[in-house]
Amino acid sequence: MTMILSGSKLGRAVGAALLAMGLGFAAAPAMASEAAHGPKVEMQSWSFAGPFGRFDKGQLQRGYKVYKEVCASCHSMKLVAYRNLADQGGPGFTLDQAKALAAEIKVKDGPNDAGEMFERAGRTSDRFPSPFANDEAARAGFGGALPPDLSLIGKNRAAHRGGLSFMADPFTLYAEAGPDYVYNLLTGYVDAPHGVTCDGALQYNQSFISGSCIAMPNPLSEGMVTYDDGTKATVEQYARDVAAFLMWTAEPKLEARKSTGLKVILFLIVLSGLLYLTKRKIWANVAH
Amino acid sequence: MSGHSTYTPSNGFTRWIDERLPIIRLSYDSFVAYPTPRNLNYWWTFGGILSMMLVVQLITGIVLVMHYTPNTAMAFASVEHIMRDVNWGWLMRYMHANGASMFFIAVYIHILRGMYYGSYKAPREILWILGVVIFLLMMATAFMGYVLPWGQMSFWGATVITNLFSAIPVIGDPIVIWLWGGFSVDNPTLNRFFSLHYLLPFVIAAVVALHVWALHVVGQNNPAGVEVKSEQDTVAFTPYATLKDSFGMAVFLVFFCWFLFYTPNYMGHPDNYIEANPMVTPAHIVPEWYFLPFYAILRSVPDKLGGVIAMFGAIAVLFVLPWLDTSKVKSARYRPLFKQFFWILVIVGCGLGYLGSQPAEGGYVIASRILTAWYFFHFLVILPVLGLVEKPKPVPESIMADVLAKNAAH
Repeated sequence: MTMILSGSKLGRAVGAALLAMGLGFAAAPAMASEAAHGPKVEMQSWSFAGPFGRFDKGQLQRGYKVYKEVCASCHSMKLVAYRNLADQGGPGFTLDQAKALAAEIKVKDGPNDAGEMFERAGRTSDRFPSPFANDEAARAGFGGALPPDLSLIGKNRAAHRGGLSFMADPFTLYAEAGPDYVYNLLTGYVDAPHGVTCDGALQYNQSFISGSCIAMPNPLSEGMVTYDDGTKATVEQYARDVAAFLMWTAEPKLEARKSTGLKVILFLIVLSGLLYLTKRKIWANVAH
Repeated sequence: MSGHSTYTPSNGFTRWIDERLPIIRLSYDSFVAYPTPRNLNYWWTFGGILSMMLVVQLITGIVLVMHYTPNTAMAFASVEHIMRDVNWGWLMRYMHANGASMFFIAVYIHILRGMYYGSYKAPREILWILGVVIFLLMMATAFMGYVLPWGQMSFWGATVITNLFSAIPVIGDPIVIWLWGGFSVDNPTLNRFFSLHYLLPFVIAAVVALHVWALHVVGQNNPAGVEVKSEQDTVAFTPYATLKDSFGMAVFLVFFCWFLFYTPNYMGHPDNYIEANPMVTPAHIVPEWYFLPFYAILRSVPDKLGGVIAMFGAIAVLFVLPWLDTSKVKSARYRPLFKQFFWILVIVGCGLGYLGSQPAEGGYVIASRILTAWYFFHFLVILPVLGLVEKPKPVPESIMADVLAKNAAH
């Protein structure tokens, strides 16, 4: 494909480079930039990264356990239902397992024929229960800070990495800023550096994007969740597993998306090739 | 170029139709026999790519509306319902959201191609102006569409942009209240934006029809920037342009799908996955990437009204571009100075885009002011003066002469 930008070969090269740069520039995901001392967020390796990425079912099941036993006591997850646990491309629970998990909760339903509300066992169509009746009740328990809903936390947090690093992302297909942030935040409770003090119940966290002090107390400690599959019960492992689980809750169709994408893109590349050959044949005897 | 029709009905049925509604003749003359310059390069395929993107946006949008709920209490959840529960809903929504970005990438390339090759010059002024009208309509449509998911950036972007109108003296505040349908961005605002977001694409389609009509009257410009002089200069639209355009579209679709399937949230803002909350202002409110250069221009002026005038002026200046450029030579190929200033403008535009994404403070503001000044200086001073002082290189005799010279050089 010859793209004629200007008269000279050099001009073409320079022009193409500038335009590529320009598009990269223009495609800047609008991100807030902080000063040099940004939060410390190190990239992690994830099974679901890249064009061929898939969730690790075992990891999602462990992550669900951490979520259920730790996170869910303060955070809601309003967009996810028990039936999703048995969905394709998810943690790989069977429908019976999902039913059993749903049956563990009590749901207020009604009104019944007599006009009264009643309690029943959870069904797979029920969403995950919220720990508080409303946001105000949640705030009241945490000195005014609201534990955010976790349904989309895998997509709605991203630390700014500074500079022009975002320009490389379309090529490297880096799209795991969310789980990277969750992992770093959960493992980011370290001693505050000299000169930094946190008020009252706040705690220092080196990875928090909205300041240095976070209202969430350090939620994880070694051995607090028992893994059934023999995986090490460390804080890092909990953080990694729950971050992966939260990526799944944020993007439950990730596997379908990536596998469909591969087929579509391969098809389009072959189609482009055939169209190019046809075009070349048609133009073969036409000066242009 | 809109010469005599060469269509001859091939059988009794098509003859019967032709005598009653010559729609086959119109299609034949417009998309088969239509003479197209033989020296068009791949930058000319973006017109076809844009038509394709308009259709993609219309189809995905109509499907999304079947599942979306335009109500502040339900809009965010209904988009998530599309992403999670609707069959292929994630594909429709990602295609629509990324499609908007692809639409703008294509339109910026299309506009820059027009600028580089002087496609706005006589006799194509109305063609160009219709294009700027489409660009404006696209911006309005995209802005209102971004409000519909009712995320944090939807809400705060809408608040910031509608508030701009309050800068108008005397009637500013009543206008803003009228736009909102209340005293803040709320359910009435969401409902009217939804209504208009559905309407405007069809208006765009209508103006595109005018754009294509004007194009078919004056004919396409070409990289040599000389008008078609004889039949020798052209080839039939089908199969020559159709095949070349199809190839361009297929390659563009690969580019589109790369983002759509592998990094669909790259061009969006993470905060828009947080439901709108009028009580919590995001740390930095930024519009979608394709508005960033204009956002930078807006913020570069310390005065609110001045900023709004500068921002709209940045687009208004495009309407009069055909009369600001005083050079008789169309193509930048034969305008050595113009060519350099063109690329400087491209870099300035990208720089403004970057600055628009940064906080309005310190060095970023100073840089925005310099680049904004250059943007207007380019259109209002450089272009008029350049036409008078620049010595263009010799322009080829004809399109065919240009093609033969190029082939001889190889």
